[in-house]
Amino acid sequence: MTMWEYAPAPESRDIANLKPTYRMFVDGQFVEGGGEPLKTVNPATEEVLAEVSTATAADVDRAVKAARRAYDRVWGRMPGAERAKYIFRIARLVQERARELAVLESLDNGKPIRESRDVDVPTAAAHFFYHAGWADKLGHAGLGPDPRPLGVAGQVIPWNFPLLMAAWKIAPALACGNTVVLKPAETTPLTALVLAEIIQQADLPPGVVNVLPGAGDVGAAVVSHPDVDKVAFTGSTDVGKTIQRQLAGTGRKLTLELGGKAANIVFDDAPLDQAVEGIVNGIFFNQGHVCCAGSRLLVQESVADELLEKLRVRVSALRVGDPLDKNTDVGAINSREQLVKIQELASSGEAEGAERWTSSCPLPDKGFFFAPTVFSNVSQAMRIAREEIFGPVLSVLTFRTPDEAVAKANNTPYGLSAGIWTEKGSRILWAAQKMRAGVVWANTFNRFDPTAPFGGYQESGFGREGGRTGLEAYLDV
Amino acid sequence: MAAPTTSPSLPPALADAVRDDASLRRFLHGLPGVDQVGVEQRAAGLGTRSIKKAAKLWAIDAAIGMVDLTTLEGADTPGKVRSLAAKARRPDPDNPDVPKVAAVCVYPDMVATAVGELRGTGIGVASVATAFPSGRSSLKVKLEDTAFAVEAGATEIDMVIDRGAFLSGRYGQVFDEIVQVKHACGDAHLKVILETGELATYDNVRRASWLALLAGGDFIKTSTGKVSPAATLPVTHVMLQAVRDWRTQTGQLRGVKPAGGIRSTKDAIKYLVAVHEVAGPEWLTAELFRFGASTLLNDLLMQRRTQLEGHYSGPDYVTVD
Repeated sequence: MTMWEYAPAPESRDIANLKPTYRMFVDGQFVEGGGEPLKTVNPATEEVLAEVSTATAADVDRAVKAARRAYDRVWGRMPGAERAKYIFRIARLVQERARELAVLESLDNGKPIRESRDVDVPTAAAHFFYHAGWADKLGHAGLGPDPRPLGVAGQVIPWNFPLLMAAWKIAPALACGNTVVLKPAETTPLTALVLAEIIQQADLPPGVVNVLPGAGDVGAAVVSHPDVDKVAFTGSTDVGKTIQRQLAGTGRKLTLELGGKAANIVFDDAPLDQAVEGIVNGIFFNQGHVCCAGSRLLVQESVADELLEKLRVRVSALRVGDPLDKNTDVGAINSREQLVKIQELASSGEAEGAERWTSSCPLPDKGFFFAPTVFSNVSQAMRIAREEIFGPVLSVLTFRTPDEAVAKANNTPYGLSAGIWTEKGSRILWAAQKMRAGVVWANTFNRFDPTAPFGGYQESGFGREGGRTGLEAYLDV
Repeated sequence: MAAPTTSPSLPPALADAVRDDASLRRFLHGLPGVDQVGVEQRAAGLGTRSIKKAAKLWAIDAAIGMVDLTTLEGADTPGKVRSLAAKARRPDPDNPDVPKVAAVCVYPDMVATAVGELRGTGIGVASVATAFPSGRSSLKVKLEDTAFAVEAGATEIDMVIDRGAFLSGRYGQVFDEIVQVKHACGDAHLKVILETGELATYDNVRRASWLALLAGGDFIKTSTGKVSPAATLPVTHVMLQAVRDWRTQTGQLRGVKPAGGIRSTKDAIKYLVAVHEVAGPEWLTAELFRFGASTLLNDLLMQRRTQLEGHYSGPDYVTVD
């Protein structure tokens, strides 16, 4: 029998319209920032994609002033129905430029084009569509008869879903009548700046949205600026804690969406083949760079061997490689720094006695790649069961009774998401009620929708984004 | 239940499963459930694989070699069967390097004609038997139908299960029928048609697949082609999982045959991707995977020409037999 090798099916990178330089977006204009320009790198090839100007504290101040002006003079007092028109226009333009955005996202972030094309970009557009619909109905959201906007929102987003997180932050802020100063992640600024182009194309009044690329210092300047009324941060727990400390006592509103160590619980009556799919989707989607990733698999002992065998066969079939290839399932790790962190945590798993299994899939010679890895015989005490790895590494634990499953699932400082796999409806409801997690998926995992609130417990942060509940974070109620 | 002639190589757990009606029921209902949303999502996801160039050419030739070229009409004549056999031997007269199809599939009374036309070619003669397509007759008639086809020289028998018995939970009866038809097949390969369009749920598809495998079916086949929906990708996924799991438990390799409604090369390639990634690359052979089709072959031939010649020539460049 001949082996069937799929021919490479790369998406053309020309579609990304990559420019040699990108500039920050302040007060409706693309302008040179005062900071040292940063080079953004394609993690799949390690080549420099573009040079991006960065902001200084003075630039942050300028952007916040512009946002304040736009808020006072235009956006904050504009009728909701009018704001909705602008937001709908952004949504449609995101759809029109979907292919360009998808390719650019895969180049800059390293995620497979299949995911940027089928998940990131469509969901980003959906967030604008959904929130545009709310703009003139805020009085009917159950948050009081006449909820008011807060003012200027300072927003800092991570590198794992650069465009989607920007949409996730900007859309509700605008719908509720706030203006925005957004800082995209240092390693993935490009799609947020193309979104700024779209916002310019949609003719939004100058200053309503400002995008300031840069490193952590720029983010710190945004969140600590005294004229920012609301801070929204998605990222690491450590940075989140710092921000919370800074804002304590200032009366400014804050929402944090931080790390996670989600449990995916498989009971013995689960639909096993679909549970395997859900586990794969839970931890290998976006190379595991997902704060709500199902990084801890809790499987009932009676089906553990069978499930693990199926899982290994399935994971072996995952195709790791060029993110622009339409047949790639797992792309590149976003940065060398992150790759080193994953490698270090994976070694700790071996050192602490867990059994390591790594897919034998071939990896490209260049770029930052990590083969899908499954640790079995993991115990709650190991670092790989407690710390967020943020990579394609799954830790497998077992349990004997439903109570034990719930106890182990909740035994984490985090609490962002959880998965339950069982054919028994009553057990789904029982377990979901016991779970201390912001999102609980039943017989599925990693499903996102703008209508569903998303957020965490404990060290996973507070506040909700999306849905009716998510509006509250951007309104004075 | 009649004394089953199960293969002695069944592991003890599986041998126990077929001991009596109650154990069979317990076993089939103890199989893991199939989540409808999940399996349909996975099928749709795999359907987006981009297969082109060398990979596509390989897939087209593989698919041609897996076709059971089928005519199952009341109006079938010996002439029709003879021209179908000619097409099976040489699918594209202009391109002798095109592989032969796997088998020609006809009604029992046409088997002798097909056998005469295909002698020495290595192409199988498959016949539908057991009161095809409804399966509604006495066991005696079904067995005689089978014997008639086998005596006429059929190398493969496509039987239908009694869906009425299956849906009313009389698994033992369905099991017995398959076992006895398998016995009547002698050396001929047995393909068990589940008629998944009438089974209603994926859980039923999984149970019927296991029932057919336990009873000794060499292949599990989706449909007769006479009921809509016929073959679908998610149903085929479930059946591919069944043969994969069967191999894990017994070491034996059994085949899968989707039939009905697969008309385009694009669709056929989606099925091959599923075979490759759900069951595994070992199944990418006519020994273990077949397409039941009458019109698929022409599209495969047209697409093959398009790949090789760089332009599309149209349906007049392939034969209509």
